[in-house]
Amino acid sequence: MDIPFLSETFYALLTGVPLTLQLALLSTGAGAAFALVLAAMRVSRLPLLDAAARLYVFVFRGTPLLVQIFVIYYGLGQFPAVRASFAWPFLREPYWCAVLALTLNTAAYGSEIVRGGLLAVPYGQIEAARAIGMSRSLLLRRVILPLAIRQALPAYGNELILMVKSTSLASIITLMEITGIAAKIVSETYRIIEVFVAAGALYLLINFALTRLIAAAEYWLTPDLRPASLVPRRRLQENAS
Amino acid sequence: MNSVGLFGLLGFGPDGWGEALLVGAAMTLAVAAGGFLVGMVIGAFGAWAKLTGGPVIRTFADFYTTVLRGVPDLLVIYLFYFGGTAAVSALARTFGADGYIGMPGFVAGVLAMGVVSGAHQTEVFRGAFRVVSRGEIEAGRAVGMGTTLRFRRIVAPLVLRHALPGLSNVWQLVLKESALISVTGLVELLRQSQVGAGSTGQPFDFYIAAAMLYLAITTVSGWTLRRAERHYTRGARRG
Repeated sequence: MDIPFLSETFYALLTGVPLTLQLALLSTGAGAAFALVLAAMRVSRLPLLDAAARLYVFVFRGTPLLVQIFVIYYGLGQFPAVRASFAWPFLREPYWCAVLALTLNTAAYGSEIVRGGLLAVPYGQIEAARAIGMSRSLLLRRVILPLAIRQALPAYGNELILMVKSTSLASIITLMEITGIAAKIVSETYRIIEVFVAAGALYLLINFALTRLIAAAEYWLTPDLRPASLVPRRRLQENAS
Repeated sequence: MNSVGLFGLLGFGPDGWGEALLVGAAMTLAVAAGGFLVGMVIGAFGAWAKLTGGPVIRTFADFYTTVLRGVPDLLVIYLFYFGGTAAVSALARTFGADGYIGMPGFVAGVLAMGVVSGAHQTEVFRGAFRVVSRGEIEAGRAVGMGTTLRFRRIVAPLVLRHALPGLSNVWQLVLKESALISVTGLVELLRQSQVGAGSTGQPFDFYIAAAMLYLAITTVSGWTLRRAERHYTRGARRG
C-alpha cells in the first residue's frame, strides 16, 4: 500500500469537504423551509393548494435528481427570456444550479416528512392550547411546530445524509467537491481504487459525524423522554420552594 | 433549428427523436432490472449472513451495508466503471492482448447498481424475515418438512410478501439512480437525451422529455407494485 500517495490524496480530497458540506447544508436548510410550506399546503384543506403541492411532490420524487439538475443547468439557458432575466447571473453558475436543484428535490421528500410530523401532533395538545386561549400563531409556534419538528427530526436526519450523498452529482456539472476532485485525481494518476476508496471513506466519516450530531440534537430536543434523574436536582428544588 | 417544432423534434418522424428516446428508456429499464436482480441475490445472502452468520460473517455483512449506504452511488459507479476497465485491461494483457479495453457500461452499471441496491435489500429482507411468525416455521417443522422445502414453501413466500413494500421502494430508487449510469457513456434514457440536446441545441425539450419518461416509468411501476402488494396480501389479516 502506498501510504504517501493515500495521505496526499486524502488531503487533496479534504479541500472538497467545505463545498460538499455547503451544498448539503444550504440546500437542506432552504429545502426544509420550502418543505414546511409544501406540507402546510397539503394540510391546508384548500383543494387547489393541496393539488399543487401533490403535483410538485409527485414530479420531483418521480424523476431522477440528475435529470432535474440537467433541466435547470443546461435546459433553462435555452430560452432567451431566461438569459435576459435578473436570475441569469445565478442560473449561469453551476454552483447555484446545483443548490437550486438539490433544494427543490429535498423539499419534495422533506414535505412528506414534515407532513407526517404535523399529522402526528396529538389533537388533545392543540385543544388544550386553544382552551387556554392561545392565538393561532402562538399555538403554531409553541405547540404544533415544536412537536412536529421533534417527530420529524429522525427522518429529517436521514434526509440530510441522503443530501450529502446527492451532492456528489454536482461534480457532473463541473463543481469540484469531493467526488469532482476524486475524478480529477483519477484522470491524472489512473489510481482508481485508492482514490475512490479514500473519497468513500471521507463521505462515511462525514455521514458518521452527522448521525452523531443528529442523535445529539434529538437527545437535546426530547427532555421528556429521558429518565427523570437527569433533570438537575437544583432546579427541582427551586421549583418546589 | 426550431423549424420542426416540439412534436416533430420528439416525435417519430424523420427528424424525430421519439424512437431513440424510447430505446433509451428500454435500456434504462434493462439496466435497472439487472441491477435490481443482482441486488436481490446479494440481499438474500446478506440477510442470511446477518441473521444466521457467526460474528465474523455478521461483522462483514454489517460493514458492507454500512459502507454502501453511506457512500454516494456515483462513487460506486465510477469505481466499477474505471476499476472494471483497469481490471479488464490487465486481464487482457496477461493473455497477450495489447492496449486499452473498456469495461462495458452496461456491465459496470448492473454490477454497481446491484452492489448498492444489495445493501438496501439486505436490510429489507432481514426486516421481513423478522416479522415472519415463528409459529409458521415451527408448524412446517412439526409436519416434517426439511429445511429446503420449508424455505421454498413457507419462508420464501412469507418473506417476499413482507418485503414487497420495501422492495418496491428499492426498485424506485434503482430506477432513478440508473440515470447516473449515463456517466459511463451507456446510451440509456438520460444519455440519449444528452445526445439529442447536443445535436439540436434544445436541451430543455430533451431533458423535460426525459423527465416525463422517467415519471411515466416510476408511476407505472409504482402502480403495478401496489397492485401486486394488494394481491399478495389478500390472505393476510390487516389492522
